[in-house]
Amino acid sequence: MAAVSGAATGCGSAPASATDSEAAKAASAKDFGGMDKLIAAAKKEGQLNVYALAPDWANYGEMIEAFEKKYGIKVNNEDPSGSSQGALNAAAKRKGQDRAVDALDLGTAYMQEAKKKGLLAPYKVAEWESIPDSQKQPDGSYMNNYGGYISIGCDAKVIKKCPETFKDLLKPEYRNKVALNGNPTESGSAFSTVFATALANGGSFDDVQPGLDFFKELKQRGNYLPVESSKATIQKGETPISIDWDYLNLGYSEQLKGVDWQVTVPSDGVYAQYYNQGVNKYAPHPAAARLWLEFIYSTEGQNIWLKGYSRPALLDDMVQDGTADKAAAAKIPEVEGEPTFPTQEQEAAAKEVIGKGWGKAVS
Amino acid sequence: MSTTRTSGQRTPRRNRRRPRWPAVLPFFLFLAVCFGIPAGTMAMGAFTVTDPATGASRYGLDNVTDSLSGAYATGLTGSVRLSLFSALLATVLGTLTGQAVVASRRPALRKAVVAACGVLANFSGAPLAFAFIATLGTTGVVTRMFDLQRTGFSLYSFTGLVLAYLYFMIPLMVVAVLPALDGVRTQWQEAAASCGATRGQFWRHIGIPVLMPSLLGGAVLMFGTSFASHATAAVMTGSSVPLITIQISNALNGNVLVGQENLALAMSLNMVVIALLVMSVQIPLQRRSARWLG
Repeated sequence: MAAVSGAATGCGSAPASATDSEAAKAASAKDFGGMDKLIAAAKKEGQLNVYALAPDWANYGEMIEAFEKKYGIKVNNEDPSGSSQGALNAAAKRKGQDRAVDALDLGTAYMQEAKKKGLLAPYKVAEWESIPDSQKQPDGSYMNNYGGYISIGCDAKVIKKCPETFKDLLKPEYRNKVALNGNPTESGSAFSTVFATALANGGSFDDVQPGLDFFKELKQRGNYLPVESSKATIQKGETPISIDWDYLNLGYSEQLKGVDWQVTVPSDGVYAQYYNQGVNKYAPHPAAARLWLEFIYSTEGQNIWLKGYSRPALLDDMVQDGTADKAAAAKIPEVEGEPTFPTQEQEAAAKEVIGKGWGKAVS
Repeated sequence: MSTTRTSGQRTPRRNRRRPRWPAVLPFFLFLAVCFGIPAGTMAMGAFTVTDPATGASRYGLDNVTDSLSGAYATGLTGSVRLSLFSALLATVLGTLTGQAVVASRRPALRKAVVAACGVLANFSGAPLAFAFIATLGTTGVVTRMFDLQRTGFSLYSFTGLVLAYLYFMIPLMVVAVLPALDGVRTQWQEAAASCGATRGQFWRHIGIPVLMPSLLGGAVLMFGTSFASHATAAVMTGSSVPLITIQISNALNGNVLVGQENLALAMSLNMVVIALLVMSVQIPLQRRSARWLG
C-alpha cells in the first residue's frame, strides 16, 4: 500500500521508498552486509526527515550538523519546536509519502503508542549490547538514547541564596519566582517535575498526589509563577527560578549572557527520564534513518549529547572504556544511585491524576 | 452565459425563466468543503471512543461526557466567564471611544484612530503576551516604575488576561461600531433637543435603543474573539487560568497526554455549540438594526 500511494503522489521513483526494500527490512547493519554498505545506501538516498528536533535542545543542533557533514546527507528538520504528538502524527498520517518522518525521537509513552500502531521497524545499532537492559526493548523497536534529571535553575544575580531542594522553594524569599517550562498536561519536563516533587514529599511512582499538593501550596504561598519559562524569559529575568531538565538548564547557563544561572539536581526528589530513538517502518529514506541511529549511538554521537549536558545511554560504558569526553562528563551534575523509572501503568495512572488535578492545584 | 454574451442578444425574458439557484452553488460547495467536512470529521471523532489497550474504536459518548466534567468543565466555564467579562468591557469602552471620535468631528483624529485601531486589533497572540510580560510582568518596566507588586497586582491572573485581551478587543470594537455610530443622525439629536429632551434622555430613549442591535452584534463578535483566543493566554498564564482552548491544544499536541485526540475534538464540538448559540442571537438582531441604520 505504501508503494502504491508513493507512486500515486509521484515520488515512487526511488525503490528505497517502498517498505519491502532491502533497507527497510534490515534489523541491523549486519543485515546490510556491514556499515560500509549501509553508509553507501544512505548516501544514495541523500536525505533524512526528522521532526521536532530543536537545535538548542540537548545539543541537537550540533548532532544534525555533524551528521550532515560526515555523510553528506541533508537533514530535513520539520517544525523544530514541535511536540512528540506532532512527530507521531507525522509518522502515522503520512505512510507512503516521501515527506514522512524517517527516525523518531520520542518520550517513552509516545514510543509505546507508535509501537502499538505498528509504526516502528526494529533495528539494533552496533552498540546494542552496551545499552543497559532496562533502557531498551528486547525486540529492538526502540531504545533509550539520552536523558537527564529534573533540576532547579536559578539566577544567582537576582536570588541571594539559590534553592537546593524542592522544600526550599516554599520559602517566602522565593515569592513570585518559581516557574516551570510549560504545564504538566503538555510539557514533559513539567510532568516529570510533578513526579519529582511527589517523591520529595512522601509520594511514590504510584502516588503523585503529594506533587500536586506541593504545587498547590507553592501557589497559595504566592511562589508559583505561571509564566512558561524559556531561554527568553530567563534572559529577561522574568523567571528567576526555573525547574526543568538538567541538560536544558545547564545549556542555558552556557548560552545566556549577563545571567549567573546556577543548576542543582535537588536531592529530595531525584527523577530521571530518557528520550528514545526508533525507525519509522514507513520511512521514505530507510537506510538514512538507520544510519542516523547508528550515528547517535556511536561514540561520536554520544559525546555530542554529553557536550550538550545530557546523559547518553552508553555513558557508563564509555566512562569505563575511556571513550567519554572527560571535560564534558565532569560538567554534568553527579547524582547518587541509579535512576529508576515508573512503569507504563504507573505513568498512565499519574497522567490521569495530574491531568485532572493540575488545573485545580494552581488556579 | 457565454453564449448570450457572444450572440449579443440578451433577452431578459429568458434570464427570468432560468433558475437562479445555480449562482449560489459555488458558495454551498465552499461551505461544504471548508466547513461541512471539518465539522463532520470533528463530530465523528468526538463520538468515536478508542480503547487504549486494543486500539479498537466504537461509537460512544465517553469523550463528550469527559469533556463536560471535571477539569474540562472548569476550562469551559472559565473560557465563557473570561469571554463574557472581557466582551462586556470591550463593548462599553470601545463604543465610548468610537462615540468620542464621531462626536469630535475632526477628520484627522478620526483617521488616526481608525488607522491605529486597524493595527492594534490585529496585535494579539504570543507577541502581545511578550509585550505585556515585558511591560507589566514581575520584572516589567511599568511594574518596577510604579512598584505594582506591592499593590498585589499580577499580570499572570484572570485580571491580567482581561487586560491583555482588551488591548486588541477595544480597537476591534471601535472599528466594528463606528459605522453604526455614524448612522445616528445629528438631526435626531437636534429634533430631540428642540422637543426639550436632555442629552441623557436622547441616548436613553433614542440613541441606545437604535444602536442596541449593533452593540449586541459587536458584543457577540467580542465574545467570539475572546473565546477563541489561545496563544496570548498560553504564553502568559499557562494553565493557571483554566481555558478550554489551552486544554484542547494540550490534548491535541503535547508531550504528555497520549491518544487524547478525540477528547480534544469533543471539546472543540462544545466550543462550536457555544459559538453557534451566541451567534444565533446576532442574526435576528442584525436584521432589526439594518432597518434603522441602512
